[in-house]
Parts: sequence; C-alpha cells; structure tokens
Amino acid sequence: MTFENSILTIVTFLPLLGAALVLVTPKTAVSAIRWTALVTTLVTFALSLWIWAAFDPSNPGFQFVVNYPWLGDSIGYRVGVDGISVLFVVLSALLMPFCILASWEAIDKRVKEYMLVFLILEVLMIGVFTTLDLAMFYVFFEGTLLPMFLIIGIWGGKRRIQASYKFFFYTFIGSVLMLLAIMAMYWNAGTTDISRLLTHKFPESMQIWLWLAFFASLAVKMPMWPFHRWLPEAHVEAPTAGSVILAAILLKLGGYGFLRFSLPMFPDASAQLSNFVFVLSVAAIIITSLVALVQTDIKKLIAYSSVAHMGFVTMGIFAGNALGIQGAMFQMISHGLVSGALFLAVGVIYDRMHTRDITAYGGLVERMPRYAFAFMVFTMANVGLPGTSGFVGEFLTMLGVFQVNTWVAFGAAFGVIFSAGYALWLYRRIIFGALTKESLKGILDLNLREKIILYPLIVMIIVFGFYPSPILDTTAASVNNLVSHYATSIGLDPAVSLADARAPLEYAAPTGEAAPAADHAAEPAAH
Amino acid sequence: MNSDVIDFASVAPAYPELLMAVGALVLVILGVAINKEKSALISWLAVLLMAAAGLMILLNPADGVLFNGVFIADAFGRYMKLLVLGGAALSLILAMPNSEANGVHKFEYSILAVLATLGMMIMVSANDLMSLYIGLELQSLALYVMAAIKRDDKRASEAGLKYFVLGALSSGMLLYGASLVYGFTGHTNLTEIVGAIAMEGRSIGLIFGMVFLLAGVAFKISAVPFHMWTPDVYEGAPTPVTAFFAMAPKVAAMSLMIRLVMDTFQPISHDWQQVVIFLSIASMVLAAFAAIGQRSLKRLIAYSSIGHVGFALVGLSSGTQVGVEGVAIYMAIYVTMTAGLFACILSLRTEDGYVENVEDLAGAAQTRPFVAAIMAILMFSLIGMPPLAGFFAKWHVFLAAIEANLYVLSVIGVLASAVSAYYYLRVVKTMYFDEPKSVFIAVPNELNIILAVSAFLVVTYYFSVGSLLTNWAHIAAGSLF
Repeated sequence: MTFENSILTIVTFLPLLGAALVLVTPKTAVSAIRWTALVTTLVTFALSLWIWAAFDPSNPGFQFVVNYPWLGDSIGYRVGVDGISVLFVVLSALLMPFCILASWEAIDKRVKEYMLVFLILEVLMIGVFTTLDLAMFYVFFEGTLLPMFLIIGIWGGKRRIQASYKFFFYTFIGSVLMLLAIMAMYWNAGTTDISRLLTHKFPESMQIWLWLAFFASLAVKMPMWPFHRWLPEAHVEAPTAGSVILAAILLKLGGYGFLRFSLPMFPDASAQLSNFVFVLSVAAIIITSLVALVQTDIKKLIAYSSVAHMGFVTMGIFAGNALGIQGAMFQMISHGLVSGALFLAVGVIYDRMHTRDITAYGGLVERMPRYAFAFMVFTMANVGLPGTSGFVGEFLTMLGVFQVNTWVAFGAAFGVIFSAGYALWLYRRIIFGALTKESLKGILDLNLREKIILYPLIVMIIVFGFYPSPILDTTAASVNNLVSHYATSIGLDPAVSLADARAPLEYAAPTGEAAPAADHAAEPAAH
Repeated sequence: MNSDVIDFASVAPAYPELLMAVGALVLVILGVAINKEKSALISWLAVLLMAAAGLMILLNPADGVLFNGVFIADAFGRYMKLLVLGGAALSLILAMPNSEANGVHKFEYSILAVLATLGMMIMVSANDLMSLYIGLELQSLALYVMAAIKRDDKRASEAGLKYFVLGALSSGMLLYGASLVYGFTGHTNLTEIVGAIAMEGRSIGLIFGMVFLLAGVAFKISAVPFHMWTPDVYEGAPTPVTAFFAMAPKVAAMSLMIRLVMDTFQPISHDWQQVVIFLSIASMVLAAFAAIGQRSLKRLIAYSSIGHVGFALVGLSSGTQVGVEGVAIYMAIYVTMTAGLFACILSLRTEDGYVENVEDLAGAAQTRPFVAAIMAILMFSLIGMPPLAGFFAKWHVFLAAIEANLYVLSVIGVLASAVSAYYYLRVVKTMYFDEPKSVFIAVPNELNIILAVSAFLVVTYYFSVGSLLTNWAHIAAGSLF
C-alpha cells in the first residue's frame, strides 16, 4: 500500500466510512449526523486536491493505477485517473460539502437517511471517474440512479413521485442498452480494462452499433435534445442539493462517457455520426434556450439552460480537435460550478419564501444586496461573459467546431445570444424592479452559512475566467493524446487537429511556456 | 453388484442423501414420540440435519456415478445441492416465528420439508430418467401437502389442490416425454441417451420427447406458459410455505433442466435452444407486464419469480459453459434475495395479521426503518441495479447470451428488466414516499438475522462473496463440459 496505488481507492470509498458512521449514529442526534457528513466530504475534498497536486499533467496516460482481476474473467478492480477524469473527481468532491451545507437547515425531516444517501452518492460519483474497468464503470454510472431516485422521491417537491419515476426510467432504459454494448465489447476485446480497450480496434460494422448503444445511455444522461424531457422535472422537484448534484456532476457523466468511450473506442462511428450529434447539439442550444425564455419557474429555467449548455459540450467533443475537446472539458467543469452555484442561489431564496415562481419575487436588491451581487456573477457566468469561467468553454468549443463546420458554429452562436436573453431577464425580474410584494419586505440577506457556500464559488468562477490554465494544463496532455489517436484512426493529419487550446486564450495566460503552442494556433486561425 | 450394496464406503458420494433419508425417518419417530408443543425442536433438528448434509458436501466432496448409473455426483451437483439445502434451511428458519398463526406449527411440516429437500437432491443428482422422476415426485408430493398444510384455511386448501392438479399434469407430460425419449433412443440412462443421439442423430420422436420433458420441468420452474399455478399458489399458501416454494424447488428444477439440456440433449442443442429461448422471452415479458397490475404482495413476488426464471434461462439459452456459470450464479443470488424478501414480509405484521397488499406497506420507512431499508435494497437488487448483487446476476447471464450472439433475446431481456423496474419501484415508493398508515409489531430475532445477512450479502456482493461464488460457479459449470 503506497500513496500511488491506494489514494484513489481511499478517496473513492472514504465517504462510505462517513456513511457507516452516520448509520450508527442515533437518528435524533441530527447535528452530529450533519457534522459527520460535512467533515467526511471535506476530508474527501482535501484528498482529491492532493490527487490533483500529485497528478503529473505532462503524462497523458493513466496515473495512480491499480489493476486486479476480481470477479471471474470479466470484471476486475481497476482504478486510475488521467487528465480527463481527474478534474471530475475534484469537482465531485468539491461540490459535496456545499451540498451538505445547503441542506443544513433546509432538510429537517429524515436527516439521517438524507446524509447517508448523499455520502453513498458521492462514492458512486467519484467511482465513475476513477474506475478503469468498463463493467465497474457501468456499476457506478447506473448506481447513481439509486440514491438520486430516493433523493428526488423522498425530499422533493409536490410532483416528486412523477419526477423520480421519469428520471429513473429515462436513464435506466438508455443504460441497459449500453450494458449490452459493454458485454459485446468484452467478447470482442477479451477484457473490460479501459486502458487496454482504448487501444483496441473494434470492427467498423460493430462500432456503429456500439456507438448507438452508448449514445442511448449517454445522450439521456447528458441530456441531449430530444432526450432531455426527464431533466426539467427532476431538477425542479429535487431538493436544492439534489439539483446541484444533478446539474453539476450527473450531467457530466454523459460528457465523460463520450470522451472516454465513444470518441476513442469507436472513432470511425464517431466520425460518421458527428453531423448527427452536431444537429442535435445545435437544436438543443437553440430550442431549449427559447424554451427557457418562457419558463415561469426559476429552477426550470436553469434546467433548460443546462440542456443548452450541454449542447456546447457535445458539439465540442464531436468536433474531434483539441480546441473543441479542451473547450468541452472546460465547459463541463465551468458548468459544474456555475449551475451548481445557480441552484444553490435559488435554494437561498427558496428556503426563505418556499416558492420557485419567478413572479413571486422582484426588487430583491433592496433587501439583499450581497445576494444580488452573487446572483449577478452566476448569471453572467451562465451567459458566458468574458472574465467568467462560462466564457472560456463556450468560446473554445465554438472555435473548435468552426474548424470543422462553420454552420454549426453559426447556429451555436444564437445560443449565446438567447442565453443572455433569458438569464438577464430572469435577473431583472427577480432582483430588480420595485420591492412591492408584502411577503418580500422582511426578507433577510445572506447569513454566514450561505456566505460560506456562495463566496468561494464566486471566487472560483472569476478566477477560472481570467486564469483558465490550471484546468486547461491538467487536461491538455490527455486531450492531445485522445485527439491524435482519434485523428489517426479516421485518417486525418493529427497536427491539424492538435492546435493548442491555450493559444487563443493568450490574453488570459500570457506566459512564456505557451509560446511554442502559438505556432500551432496560427493554423486554425488561417482557415 | 452385491458388493456395491454391502460396501458402504463405495456409496460415499451419496452420503448426504442417505443422511437426509435416515434423518427424516428419525425425525418422524421423534415427532410422534415427543410432546406436540415441542415442534420447534423438530424444526431446529431439521435445520441442523440440512446443515450437516451441507457440511458433508462441502468438506467431503466425492465424485462418482452410483447405483448402476442412476445417480451422479459431480461439482455441479454439489453446488446446486448446497443451494437447495441453504434455501430449504432458510425457509424452515423463516417458518419458526409465529408458526401457529401461519399454520406451520405441526411437526410434520419440517419432516415434509426434509423429504422434499431429499427429493430435490435426487433430482439434482439424477442421471437416469427413472431417478429423475423419483426425485421429482418425492419433492412434488411433499410440496403438495405443504401447500395445503393449513388445512382449515380455504385459500391454502385451494392452493394445495391447484398445485396438485397442475403438478400431476406436468408429471404426466414429463413421463410422456421420458417414454418417448426411451422409445426413440432405447435407453433411460442420461449418459447412454447422449451416446444414442450422437450415433443415430435427431428424429422427430426424440424432439417430441425432449419438448415434453422440458415442458414438465418448465412447470416446476414456473416458466411461461407453464406458470399459471404460481401466482395462485404463492398467494394462497401460508407465507413460510411460499418462501419454501420460491427457493429450493426452483433451484432443483433449474439444475435438472441444465443437466438435461447441457448433457443429455447436447447433440441436438439447436432444437432445445429454441425451446429455452421461447420460455425465457415469454417469462421475462409476461412477468414484467403482468406484475404491474398486482396489488397483492405475494402475487407480485410470484410474477417476479417468473421473471427471474426467465432471466436465468437467458444464460442457459446460450448453451455454453459461461451460460451455465451464469445460471449457477443467478440462482445463488436469487435464493439470497428471496430469503431476505420473505424475511421482510414475515416481519411486517400489523394487529390484523401479515401485510397482504403493497399499499399496506405505506410509510414503513418511518415506522420500521430497518426492515424497509432492507426491503428497498432487495427491490433494487431484484431490478438488477448495480452495485447490488442482482446486477451481477444479470451481468453473468447476459454476458453468456451476448457471447452466443443472441442479441434479440438480450435486448428483449434488458428492456423487460426495465419494465419490471416499475413494479419493484412501486414497493419502494410506497414504503419511502408515502405517509405511514399502519402500525407494525416488533420483529422476531431469527428474522432480523436473516434480513441482515441477506442484505449484507446483496450490498457487499462485489467485495465479499462475489469472487468466491464466481469461482465455485466456474468449477461447477466446468464439470458439465
């Protein structure tokens, strides 16, 4: 047991220890339960930062690898992270303490079960990103359904039961097809070890079917238009922390799956079907943005905007070049922070007023200036204002896709405009205007707990907006490796696709190291 | 010939069966001799007897073909016998608390269970159409009586009668099939039948015989379209008896089916595969849809067991070693889950008696959090949700089907499992999302132990028993090839 081969196992299963502690605590000791959950998630977060610190960004392969055969020939215990997955581990671990804090007072019934379910959910989420076994990936991927179903169904709003069922069945039906594809991959490649599958070449005729089966699952999870119908309801009915986890982490499972499986393992199918994905992505960006405009429920509006933002992610991924994929990675991390922050912010006023109806608010800036500021930063980041993390991802994915298909970039640009429309309008209706409603006159500004939740997110969103290098540097080597593998597989010149994503953002990171990359960047710029 | 009978050591592979037979007789004498109130003692002795037989199999594994080839002991048989014994012993323990209310307090009940188990062990080890039938009938006759053991209860008597009539019909079909197979191959010994088929090839009479034989066995595992008795018998029989029906006999009949198709009818695998695939698809699909409308908890479990038989048959359809391994793992996990499930049902009692309908479970998560949590875990496991054991069961059988390129079967199967999720989730929903209605009475300790053990195995399958079970199933399946 060295640091190298045990740290991922520890981080993955540490929350389970917390869950065990919660389990043995009597259910009346509510504050002990809350503190146990909070400390567990904080320690997990600290350890995940340690992984990030020890992670070697110049190595494109998997690190901290453990590999044992375990259940028969097919399933093993295999963990490891590369540049694509390590950030998701950190993101998951980062958002959990916020979720626990956000539920500190909002959840007062069945606290023990609540914390237990959240800690188990954390194990499953981190497990998805750390496992290197295809079958275990499915186990964790699908396993997240189980706690989420309970979270929505037990602690959700009025229509929680319908929402939880819809969530379950949409994702379950998609996933079982992926399960069969996983089995077919096992028989073709003779292993479920992801690191070996990445270099295995599947027959072209098989790739299409495998790609479609994975798509059935990942597109629902992502969610891509028109498979997104479960999402608004699940988001709306889930308690605040549940919405945060759904938007910030669970949606990313779809994007992660595309990056980890669809693109590198079925490159021919991805190349053939990329136009199909582009059409759905642009449709998602435009249609769901328009739908978001007419929503009367705050959470539903944010939910639809999530679908639109995920459109940028799928578009960037299937652009198949370094710019697009780096952008998609950044967009996913950034959206994790921004949408998480937005839902937490909505939770703040929901806890006070117990309504999510936009018309019930107005003029909050008069009573809640700090809240108004925080919400403004999150809204701007959602719009993609330069200087916030939201900008970098959208900009890079559009650059990436511009290289491949100008019309797609053209269509996606509308999304940027619409997002400004719905987000700013939402902000105006809630925060500005006259404070006329009697019920709002006594509303209080952020308390200490809420400040602890929202302020760090403001800082991160702005820091990553101006200085995206920590994220882009971590993913660069693995993404370049993925892109050159993909380009070679489909018979393109890897050099064209490999333009460094950091180059267009020189203004943000004017360091000497990035200079050589600028030569590459000249190439796409010339198009 | 004569020396076989005299030389006791030479029948070592059949010791567990002999122990069970002698034990059953001793228990009869004890039962008659001792005070009627002490039937619990007989129950515990029966459990001990099964445990001893299990230990004997575990510690002293012996291969061999005995009694002029009618009895075979191999790794596959041992694996299945351990499951049968485990399932039977668990259901006897389940029957102990409140045995009076369930009508299973008579000492005959445990003895009948021992005899049924003996019949199942003979089924598992049958290597001849004769011994196969003897084992099957010993089991069935004991089960008919067990179904009707609460003889003053109308529903239980009805269940017993229904089971008897349909069971007799299935025995008739099985016998008819056996006689056709004998007629067209000239042998009753399974090993010799393989040789005869391999030499003479398939003939229409043989196929008929095979279909009738499989139909007879399909009755016992309650695969669609031979499932009609299951919901009625499950609902009508006292719950501990239902628990018994749901575990050991299914395993025994399934292993009989495996031995028949993988061994005896191996040369005509394309013919039996069609039958098994049909049984499998019909069971999965019908159970998934039929259970949706069920209100009664026991009928729901009946349909769920039909569905699970369908899933297990997915593995068998492949006709490969991986498939048999999958079925073996499936049955072990199925028995574990079913034991837990019945422990849950038996421990949810109100003043008016046992929980009958799904709605009665409303709010159990708040009034009885421990039982409700375990029941929810088991429901998720029955759906096949990872990381619970039920997922790994499905993983192994579908893995085999994909290997054999049975894509249509697999797609139908996983979609059926998605449909079946609906009614399992309804139970979770009722317990967790609805407000409490009824007040439940405290749980007896025996049940708590079974609950905890079953849930522990289901939750930690990947870490705890998974590896060991996979190895055992691998060895067991290997002995058939």
